[in-house]
Amino acid sequence: MQAVGKPNRVNPVYPFRRPADLDGRERHYPVCVVGAGPVGLAAAVDLKLRGVDAVLVDEGGTVSEGSRLICVAKRSLEILARLGIGPELAAKGVVWNRGKVFHGDALVYAFDLLPEEGHRWPAFINIQQYYVEEYLAARAGALGLDLRWKTRLVATEDLGDGVRARVSTPEGGYSFTCDWLLACDGARSTVRSGLGLPFRGRSFPDRFLIADVRMKANFPAERRFWFDPPFHAGRSALLHKQPDDIWRIDLQLGPDADPDEEARPERVLSRIRAMIGPDTPFDLEWVSVYTFRCRRLERFRRGCIFFLGDAAHQVSPFGARGGNGGIQDADNLAWKLAETIAGRAGPALLDSYEAERIPAADENILNSSRSTDFMTPAGGAAEAFRDAALALSRRHAFARSFVNSGRLSTPAPLAGSPLSTPDEAAGAAFKGTMQPGAAAVDAPFGDGWWLDRLDGGFALLHFAEPGGAGPESSAALSVHCAAPEGLLASRYDGRPGTTWLFRPDQHAAARWRRFDPARVGAAVDRARGLS
Amino acid sequence: MNRADDIFAALVEAHRGLGEEESRRLDARLILLLANEVGNGERVLALIEEARAPGTAPVDGPASRAGEC
Repeated sequence: MQAVGKPNRVNPVYPFRRPADLDGRERHYPVCVVGAGPVGLAAAVDLKLRGVDAVLVDEGGTVSEGSRLICVAKRSLEILARLGIGPELAAKGVVWNRGKVFHGDALVYAFDLLPEEGHRWPAFINIQQYYVEEYLAARAGALGLDLRWKTRLVATEDLGDGVRARVSTPEGGYSFTCDWLLACDGARSTVRSGLGLPFRGRSFPDRFLIADVRMKANFPAERRFWFDPPFHAGRSALLHKQPDDIWRIDLQLGPDADPDEEARPERVLSRIRAMIGPDTPFDLEWVSVYTFRCRRLERFRRGCIFFLGDAAHQVSPFGARGGNGGIQDADNLAWKLAETIAGRAGPALLDSYEAERIPAADENILNSSRSTDFMTPAGGAAEAFRDAALALSRRHAFARSFVNSGRLSTPAPLAGSPLSTPDEAAGAAFKGTMQPGAAAVDAPFGDGWWLDRLDGGFALLHFAEPGGAGPESSAALSVHCAAPEGLLASRYDGRPGTTWLFRPDQHAAARWRRFDPARVGAAVDRARGLS
Repeated sequence: MNRADDIFAALVEAHRGLGEEESRRLDARLILLLANEVGNGERVLALIEEARAPGTAPVDGPASRAGEC
C-alpha cells in the first residue's frame, strides 16, 4: 500500500523513554509483543489484564498515519469492550448495521447484518484506526503496561526455550530475552522477514484508490457499494461514513492504472467530484493507491514465536476481515499464553492457536478472494457470470445471493477445535446456531449484557431446573444461573438443566442437558489442553 | 424430458445472430436461472462437475435428489 496524502489531523506523540535495559545488563521478560498496532496493543492489554507483564515495542512514536482500518466488527467490539475501551468506541464511532448495493444508478438490494434486538454491540462501528490505537494505548498506560516507543526490533535469536530480541532506539541498542514473542508487526513484519518465512497466496492485479474525505453530507450511516456507477463507469465504488465528518471512498481503478498518476491530487479531486457532485465542499484527509494480496504464512507459530494479524495473514479490504481477523488472533492467543505461563495448561493449548486461527484465516482469505474475483472478473466467463448475476438481481431475488460486494466479517466458528468437547449423543439435540467453538452470542442478562459477565475466566451458564442441585462458583470457574426463558434461553436453547461452558475468550467449549461436575471438570481440562 | 425438441430449438434460436460475447452472456443468465430452478446447491455443484467431466455425477437426477434436502 502506498500512502501519498498527509492527514490533516495531528496524531499524539508518544515519547521515547530511556529503559533501564540500556545499562548493558540483559533482562528477561515473560512475553515481548512486537508492534503497537491494534493487534499488538490488544494482545498486550489482554495479557496485562490476565496478570502477564509483556513488554511492547514499536518502532514508531505515534498511532496510525491515516484512518486505514475503519470497520470494527461486532466480535472485535465485544473483545475491545472486554479490554476496557468500549465506552470510548461507543461514544466516538459511527454505528451501522445496514448496507446497500447498487448496479449503475439502481438499488439492487439492501441488507441488515443484525436484524434482531438484544445485543450490546451493533454489526459494525466505523472508526479510524488511529482512534482505536489511541484508546488502547491510553488503556495500556493506565494499566502500567511496559510500552516502548521508538524501539525497533532488529533481530530475533531462537534460544530453544525462549527468544533473544535485539532492538535499536534513539539512544542506542540493547537486547533482552523472553519466553514468548508475539509478532504483531504487520504485513512487512520484521520478525517474519528475519526468519525468511514466505507468504503463500495470491496477488490481485487491480489497483484501488482509497480517499478519506472531510465533508458535510447527508448520506445515512450505512455501507454503500456500487457496481458500474454513473460516476465511475465500468468499475466499483464503496462509501463508508466515519466520525468527524470523514467519509471513506474506495474506487476500483483497474489493472492498468498508473499509481503515481492516480495519486496526483487533481486526479483524485476530479474522481471524487464526479462522485459527490459539483456543490459539496470537501477536503482530502488521506489518500492511498493500493493493490492487495490474499495470503498467509504456512504456520503461525515457530517455536516460541507467534504471528498475529497482518504479520500472519493478509486479505483484501472488502469484508473488513483484516483488522478484525487480527483482533480475534490476539483474543485467541492471550488467554492461552496466560494459562500456560500460570502453569495451568498442557502444551496442546498453545498448539491450538494454529489449529483454531489458521482455519479462521483461510475462511477470511477464501471470502475475501471470492469478493475480489466477483468485483474484478478476469474477463470471459467470469465477467459474463458476474454481469448475469447483477442483471438478474434487479428482478430476481435469488440472484442477489450471487452478488458479492464483500462478505462481511463474522467471528470464526472454530468448528472442530481440539479444545471443544463434542456434544453427547444422549439427550435432546441443541437448536440454533450456537455450538461449541463459537464465540458466545450476546443477550440481555440481568440489568446488563450476557457478554459483560464473561469477563476473562472460565464460566458456566446454567439454566435452572426446579429442585436441581445447581453448580457453584469457584476460583477457577464462575457460574451464572439463568431462567430457561427469554432471549438468552432461546439463543442457547436453554431448557431446565442446560449447561454451557465458556472459555476465557468467551468462546463456548462444551454444553450438556444436565449439570454434571465431573463432565464440566473434564471439559475444562480439555479446554486447557490437559487431556 | 418433455418438449425436448422445442427446448433445443429455442436454445439455438435464442443465440441466432448473437456475437460470441452476447451468446456467452445469454448463457450465463440462463445458467443462473436454471440453477435457481434446481433449488439445491449440492445438486448444482454436482451438475457443474458433470459438465466438466461427464460421467462423474449421479446420472439420475430425481432419484439422487431424494436423499438431499
